[in-house]
Amino acid sequence: MTRVQVTVNGVEREADVEPRTLLVYFLRESLGLTGTNVGCDTSSCGACTVLIGGESVKSCTVLAAQADGREITTIEGMARDGEMHPLQEAFHRNHGLQCGYCTPGMIMAAASYLKENPSPTEEEVRMALEGNLCRCTGYQNIVTSILDAAGQPSGARA
Amino acid sequence: MATAQRYVGGGVLRKEDPELLTGQAHFIDDITAPGMAWMFVVRSPFAHAKIRSVETSSAGAMPGVIAVWSGKDLADEWQGSLPCAWPVTEDIQMPTHWPVAQDEVRHQGEAVAVVVAETRAQAKDAAEAVSVDYDPMPVVTDAEQALKSGAPLVHADLDTNRSYTWTLSAGEVDKVFAEAPVVVKERYYHPRLIPNAIEPRGAMAVPSPAQGEFTLYSATQIPHILKTALTAFTIANLPESKLRVIAPDVGGGFGSKLNVYAEEAVLLAAARRTGRPIKWIEERMENYLSTIQGRDVYQDVELAASDDGKLLGVRAHLVADMGAYLQLVTPGIPLLGAFLYHGVYQPLAYDFACTGVFTNKTPTDAYRGAGRPEATYAIERAMDALARRVGKDPAALRRMNFMAPFTEPTDVISGLKYDSGDYAKQLDRALEISEYEQLRKEQQARRDAGDVRQLGIGLSTYIEMCGLAPSQVLAALRYVAGGWDAATIRCLPTGAVVVVTGTSPHGQGHVTSWAQIVADALGVSMDDVDVLHGDTAVSPLGMDTYGSRSLAVGGVALHFAAKKIVEKARTIAAHELEVSEDDLAYEAGTFSVKGAPDRARTIPQIAFSAWTAHNLPPDTEPGLEATHVYDPGNFTFPAGAHVCVVEVDTETGEVSIEKYVAVDDCGTVINPMIVEGQVHGGITQGIAEALFEEGVYDDDGNLLTSSMTNYLVPSAAELPMYELDRTVTPSSTNPMGVKGIGEAGTIAAPPAVVNAVIDAVSHLGVTHIEKPVTPERVWRAIRQARGDGKGGAA
Repeated sequence: MTRVQVTVNGVEREADVEPRTLLVYFLRESLGLTGTNVGCDTSSCGACTVLIGGESVKSCTVLAAQADGREITTIEGMARDGEMHPLQEAFHRNHGLQCGYCTPGMIMAAASYLKENPSPTEEEVRMALEGNLCRCTGYQNIVTSILDAAGQPSGARA
Repeated sequence: MATAQRYVGGGVLRKEDPELLTGQAHFIDDITAPGMAWMFVVRSPFAHAKIRSVETSSAGAMPGVIAVWSGKDLADEWQGSLPCAWPVTEDIQMPTHWPVAQDEVRHQGEAVAVVVAETRAQAKDAAEAVSVDYDPMPVVTDAEQALKSGAPLVHADLDTNRSYTWTLSAGEVDKVFAEAPVVVKERYYHPRLIPNAIEPRGAMAVPSPAQGEFTLYSATQIPHILKTALTAFTIANLPESKLRVIAPDVGGGFGSKLNVYAEEAVLLAAARRTGRPIKWIEERMENYLSTIQGRDVYQDVELAASDDGKLLGVRAHLVADMGAYLQLVTPGIPLLGAFLYHGVYQPLAYDFACTGVFTNKTPTDAYRGAGRPEATYAIERAMDALARRVGKDPAALRRMNFMAPFTEPTDVISGLKYDSGDYAKQLDRALEISEYEQLRKEQQARRDAGDVRQLGIGLSTYIEMCGLAPSQVLAALRYVAGGWDAATIRCLPTGAVVVVTGTSPHGQGHVTSWAQIVADALGVSMDDVDVLHGDTAVSPLGMDTYGSRSLAVGGVALHFAAKKIVEKARTIAAHELEVSEDDLAYEAGTFSVKGAPDRARTIPQIAFSAWTAHNLPPDTEPGLEATHVYDPGNFTFPAGAHVCVVEVDTETGEVSIEKYVAVDDCGTVINPMIVEGQVHGGITQGIAEALFEEGVYDDDGNLLTSSMTNYLVPSAAELPMYELDRTVTPSSTNPMGVKGIGEAGTIAAPPAVVNAVIDAVSHLGVTHIEKPVTPERVWRAIRQARGDGKGGAA
């Protein structure tokens, strides 16, 4: 077993895990943070996206041990003091989710991207989301939500 | 019922969102139980093989392993096969389908053994140590090949690969086709599609050994059907009353979770044997092999027409791939489209036949649209072919063939009664938004200039049949269950309202839409309405969510239940106010005495007095609660017109969607925001079917597109913004006028997109390209049409 110590959503957490444990299962099963979902196990769908040191990673492709000593943000850490994060608000306002399974990953990927590019165009948001799959929304309202959170005009005409 | 419309029709934000947005949802893998163990399934790498032996002892000795069972070890757990609830003909061949194969496997990924262990990793490790000795057998992977004599038999005991042939004919078909001046013959293939809900399947069985009871949590669309079907057909010695099924938050379905799956049955058996809660979560690569797939249909389509393109007859003959077994509604899927091959047109003659065939592939079943995308694709592609043949603009050809507007049930050639429709209006609107005339001019200019990037405009004027549906009609189609749904409204003494629905949402927003309906009917705030669903102990009656039926059946049940509440409340209000019921006016949740409006009672006030029961009229039961079970008198028929505009690079074959306009008519709209979201998602799955997705098997039955890395689920980067609009033609089927919207986009989009691609290159001589219309196929089709010879078949 390997001891892994991380700061998750501002709280220091640690647990013993098998060395082969993936970060997503460490978060979900060792730490009980089940907001991060697993969709494909092969880093294709992006449902498991979290932030390590503020940058988005697919937590099904990172070993828990690799995250040792790092700062991690999950979807549970986005709302502060009972107030949703602007991205969460924007997804709600623009119907940017249906079943909600890809949503945590979408929001974490978007949070990371908007830090890189705070005023993206529609095209840029679409390209930035390439690694996050959604089967419900057709992406239109996800793209619109992210543009809305960034204060950018939406390309949607309906 | 005179009620103020405060919520219905408004873009009310969803009540479901906060927990989903903050990571507080409870999907199946988020749920655990004390003492829970894990199951992993050992699956066949072969598409067809005899099982000589299953060696379990070395796996059984591994750390944490609780049990390892082969199919034979589990045989005494079953009273029968996994259920197929739709034996479409009297002579249908229905093969045995054990949850875990016993003697023979018939598709790659079929379960051959299961391991139960303390942890997920231990179960998976031990599964790798299970040694199965297979004797490979001949494989057939193509439905048409499987019908040929000498083809390998998927089920030797059936002595045929033909499961059934189902036919429907109306009018003088042979005469109409023989005498028609124009006959257009088309042949289409609909590739296998893999549903890919982003949440894979999963389930957990929790036993209460002392009571002999079980709770099955499952990522399912159909908790009610699952409970009945598992106990009626598959699990031995488990009375239905001892099984509770809970569908927690479910991460998308699209038909793929509309089934009774092997793992659900095996988990119950495993929990019964071990006395422990046991969970199984599907991995994505398992999902590609062991969850049902969609489509895989060959179509021969013929249209008979007059010289100027008046449609006279439609013939559609299908060969549909069932895969290796019949899952819950596998054989019935083509029938959901069987009546719609004439679309929104009224020919004089109609002929449909479908042969269902076994192959050594994963079973097919309902995938978003289910039968109706196939029908719509056939008629809408063929209408474009007819337009080219008679030299008419495809919009003009459609317009001259549309049924005239109607508001009452209207007989159509296939035997259905369409509920209401105004098809020309939808097309006119879509053409206007897309600036069709301008597009045609630009297209001509590019053609004249010999532009590398050619413009194509594709139309799809679709219709679908939704709201499953009248139980008597389902009986005539030999479907085993009914088509009703149930709703209960319970007005609590504090003014809160609990709604219990038999529908089982997994992204569709029923909690919001149902609250809108009830809040308006009872004049209360939406915040005071809670909607409960997805638990057979809470909602004992229901037929669940699929086929765009939830609003058109379950929502209408709610409408009638609310009516019962208001009627009972009226009796109590009249008694309390000491007037006759006729002297009361009802509006927005308040009964007031006509002429003395300050003498009034609200629904919450009456809920309280119904609860205290201190002063009720004679023979009135305490409490303010009503249940209604609604069995619709007809299907509903949403329809619309979609316009897709593409640019095709004639040198590379690349297709890009420049514009996509959708004008849909789903009748009365409860929540336009949700309706638009459904259309966006539906169109995207339709575009994916047209341009990207294809499940490919090799000749040995290996699924080559076995993960998200080689099966192309599109991302945001591949898609445009869609432009939506609506017309509203209320349904004559139900008093709310609602029709359904969940599948419209998926049904409409494939022919719109492919028609657009063909339209872009038809002047080069291209008349057909198979789905998905990949750059390579487009490039080959252009080369072939130009006679370059090197392109080969498209």
